[in-house]
Amino acid sequence: MRLINRHPGRAVGLLLGLVPFLFLVLLYGMASQERLAENPNDKLLPGLEQMTDAVNRMAFQEDRRSGDYLMWQDTTASLQRLGIGMGIAASLALVVGLLNGILPVARAGMAPLVSALSMIPPLAILPILFIVFGLGELSKVMLIVIGTAPIMMRDVAQRVRELPQEQLIKIQTLGANSWQVVTRMTLPQVLPRLIDAVRLSLGPAWLFLIAAEAIASEQGLGYRIFLVRRYLAMDVIIPYVLWITLLAIVIDQLLRLANRRLFPWYNAGGH
Amino acid sequence: MSFITVNKLWKEYGHTVVLENLNLTVEQGEFCTLVGASGCGKSTFLKMLLGQEQPTRGDLQLEGDTFPGEPDRNRGIVFQRYSVFPHLTVRQNVLMGLELEQKPFLGKLFGKARREALAKVDQMIEAVGLAHAANKWPHELSGGMQQRLAIAQSFIMRPRVLLLDEPFGALDPGIRRDMHELILKLWRETGTTIFMVTHDLHEGFYLGTRLLVFDKVRNDPQQPEAFGATITYDLPIGQADRQLYESIETSVSETARALSA
Repeated sequence: MRLINRHPGRAVGLLLGLVPFLFLVLLYGMASQERLAENPNDKLLPGLEQMTDAVNRMAFQEDRRSGDYLMWQDTTASLQRLGIGMGIAASLALVVGLLNGILPVARAGMAPLVSALSMIPPLAILPILFIVFGLGELSKVMLIVIGTAPIMMRDVAQRVRELPQEQLIKIQTLGANSWQVVTRMTLPQVLPRLIDAVRLSLGPAWLFLIAAEAIASEQGLGYRIFLVRRYLAMDVIIPYVLWITLLAIVIDQLLRLANRRLFPWYNAGGH
Repeated sequence: MSFITVNKLWKEYGHTVVLENLNLTVEQGEFCTLVGASGCGKSTFLKMLLGQEQPTRGDLQLEGDTFPGEPDRNRGIVFQRYSVFPHLTVRQNVLMGLELEQKPFLGKLFGKARREALAKVDQMIEAVGLAHAANKWPHELSGGMQQRLAIAQSFIMRPRVLLLDEPFGALDPGIRRDMHELILKLWRETGTTIFMVTHDLHEGFYLGTRLLVFDKVRNDPQQPEAFGATITYDLPIGQADRQLYESIETSVSETARALSA
């Protein structure tokens, strides 16, 4: 049988998926052990023990100076920025994308601007944001918004334009006015696609969040990583990175589930 | 005054002539079948009746007035595909038109008005034979059932003109026969004026009251876009004999070959 026609079974598939992870962990463990055998105070490749110690210190013990549980404080600060930023960006994307997608007049007026904005490298205007909005929460949220909204706007507009022309004609023959075309046909069909767009934009959003926190912040996951970098504290950095990855996976899967639950017709191939 | 009058109508896209010198009058309640080779302007003519396209020259009148320039609730349409809303169930799809008409801002009915509308909807769904699937999503329906839904969705609005653009082209022959019966039944009950485009000459020959053959009278092999199509035969159904059928078929297939060469 040709290789392209051979499909792994459920168990084999699961195993094949796990192997690369196990391999990486094993590789790291061996390298770490080797270095620690030479120098028990090595900081570069901390072992499991050092990392659990660090997590225990960061997450489950009050900070000696401030009395806070730093890891939770960092997590809530970062998630709040991410949530507000993505919320604003998604709302903007929905409104502008819908208008650009369905109204030729709006498209003529706004689409070139949106295209141009989406080409600006967001990190290049981070200094401007810091100057204009100060070093507080606003500038970090704005970076996420500016970094993700234009691309999502284009995506939503594109999804609207991909709806079959036949549907657009049909709803007009049922007597719909422009407002009804948007609210009864376009909006409900574009919402699940917006959630998909948000899922894709979460990667860049994390990037902008951590970049902004690294440069000017007093708390946050990105802030902490860049702070402890000064002490070569890999035992904190690695668990933090794993924690961020886990958060990203959970958020992504929650959005996927929400999409499945809220829009049963969408995921069953009804579009 | 006739219901629909077409007078010296031309449709051109740039240098390509699609329709030339079309003349036609149609009375209310007629069921016209439009046949002809691909690219002979049948669908273009339907789009003009719908308001999606405008004639380049000539008149297209509905009871003496120029046709409205955009689709409206007086002219229903059923396409070959994609004419139902995937995010609404069968019932919601049929209900949509009634809701849009009664609630210009909300676009949704509630309470008593909704119950009354739903009674109508269920009657319509029953009439097209979808009662058992009333709460299904369109993607759960077969192609034939989706077309039944699209037909119900249009008929519930009681449009003055119903346009069918190859509505059964993608269906199996047996299903297609059922659909013919359905459309004839609804047509007799409502008295709507119907225009149906079809590829199938045989279908055109016994469905409806009138057969319109779109064909090119003149063909320039070097420059096929120079001449448009027009109505070459305008026959009442039931009076065409075998010989005529064959001569139409020959002529239409010759044009089709010339166009695809």
